[in-house]
Amino acid sequence: MGCGVSKSDQFHKGSRKAIRSAVLIQRWYRQYIARTEMKRRYTWHIFQSIEYSGEQAQIKLYNFLGYLMDNFTPASNERNLISHIFRENEVCRDAEWERYFCYKNIEVPEIYSGPHLTFPLTVEQAVGLVEAFRNKKQLHSRYVLQLLLETWRQLRMLPNINRISTCQSKEITICGDLHGQLDDLLLIFYKNDMPSLENPYVFNGDFVDRGKDSIEILLILFSFLLVYPSEVHLNRGNHEDHIINLRYGFTKEVLTKYKLHGKRILKLLQKIFSWLPLATVIDQKVLVLHGGISDTTDLAILARVDRHNYVSALRPPKKRHQSSAGMSIDSDMDLDTSCRHKSFLRQNSLAFLKPINRESFQNRSLQDFSDRLKVSAVEEVEISGRRRSILDKDINPPENERTAAASSESLNSLTVVDEWKQILDLLWSDPMTQDGCVPNEVRGGGCYWGPDVTEDFLNRHNLQLIIRSHECKQEGYEFCHNRKVLTLFSASNYYDVGSNRGAYVKLGPDLVPYLIQYQASSMIRELTVRQSAGRTERSALKVLREQVFAHKSDLLCAIKRFDRNNTGLVCVSDWASAVESVMHLGLPWRMLRSQLVPGKIHGGMIDYHEWFNELAIKGVNADHIDQSLLETLYRHRSTLETIFRIVDYDNSGFISIEDFQQTWKLLSVYLKMEITDDTIADLIVTIDRNQDGSIDIEEFMEAFRLTDKKSRLERGRSMFMGTATDLTKLDGDPNI
Amino acid sequence: MMKNKQRSGRLVPAPGCPSVHPVSSEPVVPDVHKTIKAAFEAFDYESNNRVDVREIGTIIYSLGCFPTQADLHDLIAEVEDQTGYINLEKFLPAMTKVLMEHKFPSVPEDLLLQAFEVLDKENKGYLEPEQLAKYMTQEGELFTQEEMDEMLTALADHENNRVYYKDLLNQWTIDPDM
Repeated sequence: MGCGVSKSDQFHKGSRKAIRSAVLIQRWYRQYIARTEMKRRYTWHIFQSIEYSGEQAQIKLYNFLGYLMDNFTPASNERNLISHIFRENEVCRDAEWERYFCYKNIEVPEIYSGPHLTFPLTVEQAVGLVEAFRNKKQLHSRYVLQLLLETWRQLRMLPNINRISTCQSKEITICGDLHGQLDDLLLIFYKNDMPSLENPYVFNGDFVDRGKDSIEILLILFSFLLVYPSEVHLNRGNHEDHIINLRYGFTKEVLTKYKLHGKRILKLLQKIFSWLPLATVIDQKVLVLHGGISDTTDLAILARVDRHNYVSALRPPKKRHQSSAGMSIDSDMDLDTSCRHKSFLRQNSLAFLKPINRESFQNRSLQDFSDRLKVSAVEEVEISGRRRSILDKDINPPENERTAAASSESLNSLTVVDEWKQILDLLWSDPMTQDGCVPNEVRGGGCYWGPDVTEDFLNRHNLQLIIRSHECKQEGYEFCHNRKVLTLFSASNYYDVGSNRGAYVKLGPDLVPYLIQYQASSMIRELTVRQSAGRTERSALKVLREQVFAHKSDLLCAIKRFDRNNTGLVCVSDWASAVESVMHLGLPWRMLRSQLVPGKIHGGMIDYHEWFNELAIKGVNADHIDQSLLETLYRHRSTLETIFRIVDYDNSGFISIEDFQQTWKLLSVYLKMEITDDTIADLIVTIDRNQDGSIDIEEFMEAFRLTDKKSRLERGRSMFMGTATDLTKLDGDPNI
Repeated sequence: MMKNKQRSGRLVPAPGCPSVHPVSSEPVVPDVHKTIKAAFEAFDYESNNRVDVREIGTIIYSLGCFPTQADLHDLIAEVEDQTGYINLEKFLPAMTKVLMEHKFPSVPEDLLLQAFEVLDKENKGYLEPEQLAKYMTQEGELFTQEEMDEMLTALADHENNRVYYKDLLNQWTIDPDM
């Protein structure tokens, strides 16, 4: 066929027919591929929008709790419930910390089949630990605490910015976000060998949350850090933060795996996270940090800060208390003094600004928060003089010291706010294509920075490349800003099986980045790219449908505005406008319409009542509970769970009925909703089935999962496709 | 995902395509504009009403059209500027015309089946991958090697090393599925 010359008419006719057929098939196939590509894009967009709005929600919640802390009188119940998460250092001295974290009296039982560690750690033990985790073993809490203590000691000796070199023709390997996905770390070690004297590594933050093996990843990274302190470097990420961990699963993971000692482990990890270095510089030319930069980022300032003061990047830093013995590096303030002192200062800062109503407060990003503090810092100097007498009544420091401390602290507070912004930007910022630098409203912290800011920053610091992580990329990496910024993401299949590859980069003395991609999961190899894209799409749509359901009432209102004649029908355009006005996800709703509204279209119109009926929720004995309350519960389930975990002070997984009621009061204030005592009583009856006076948090959350017909159908089909490990992934909520 | 099967057995509109049911009304221009804008925006990364010319093919396909490569090149030539980008300003009227006139109608399923049967000269009910590859890469609007590899990975029955095209038709008219 093709270019042969033939005399027969029939043959010509035949070949023309074949060519036409080929063209038809090609046309069809290309269209099919393009449609798939389009779907892949909006699938991605769905996951990312929901992920970022979850982060934003967490920050809003945190701000709200901070607001409560500052504005409720000390005696109020709500304040007591949550004050403990703002108490970062309950115990005063290092010696007391040592006692608290003491592992020596923890016995390791005979039947324990996991690894036994002895210190100082050896390479064989570190390698052994990797093997053990590969074989699904768990490290005993005694060894965990011991390992963490050693790590803490090690990290305290490190500077904020590690400076390393590729001398001796060593290639340095840099890895991005791992997010608790042990399979990816194992795959990296398999392809690239484990860390050693000849094989240095930089791990660029976000080791924990979302994936199920966060603690194992930490333990592996810390062991190698201890064994090869000059070859293994860890940068802090925005998820190395106990406030974030409350929402995104790390806290839950530790408490589940370590029921007895989990709380202590988490406390020690808080300290360790705060001691993680902020950035790494390679050959004085390549900067590696987790989030990014802003137009005010200054490495000189970052090198100077007391990084361990920032236990959570979401929190304005605590003031350093000048004790009569002078300042100690790890000075922990006396609890009462610090609380009252802090709240006094904070109350003043908020009091001198425009009165905030609750609505506006909830929309604040941390950017705004830091600006407020900046303004107030100046005013603090003035008011501290006037208020001194009141302060003296509560706290009894010598007057001279008080004045001196107050003014110098207030002056310090300006620098402190600057420092805080430096760290926030470093951990939370994202690059953008336009020039300039604007607050990152999507995430709620850090900035969006443009190519001009990169250019300026690199010139000022005499650097040539920024390697950062923080954002999931389909290929595992992405260059931007004229190839001066490289985003590196090492958690493959992050949103779902098949959603993206992971990557790591190798840097030799020539400082040319050499990228290696991979994708963990044996199932992936059996699926074609198109098939796995299809799965990811279904998963994204399931998540999106849940979000849509959660806003049912608001959606109904918004749609009805387009249907003044009450026909029960709206056109696709109006439907799309209504949905976006409620969901605020910036998604291409018209393209998604056919996936979200499965019913027939009557001449271009959507029957929205039919649509809402499709989205039904069924819970355990939930029939007698008000539908709109269910909807609220569903929409805010992440927030609800976070608040529960905060209230559950001893991390037992249970809260008392009383605290449960208080939690609802808190939530109703936050949501500006009326939730009556009767409604709460109904909920309690439903959940506390064994009537022992306490609520099991897990059980409560389980009772309100979405089970609309569509998602059940998909879950059924997906079950056919998946292996056991993949099933958990499919059921998993990307927000948890 | 049974949605496409519920519609008319022949035509398979892509998501986002204005409803072109033969019985109901023809597409309305303002509606068409919105659809085109929605597809365009998905690739307008900087929100300045421009997309990279290399993405325009995907946009056109996703609007439910089945142009040949030649059709595509013609349309692009009409609307592109010298910068390698395409502006919404120019694209909107051109694309509206395409949709209103059904310029690149979809390929009916039975015609597609016939096309495969033509290539399957011995009427075996399947094609050898090498056979299909030969046609796709040497005839008509040639596939690149990459496109060919992709197609075979997606469509071939790996156990028997055959392309059972009748089964494919189901797949191509619904969503990519196992």
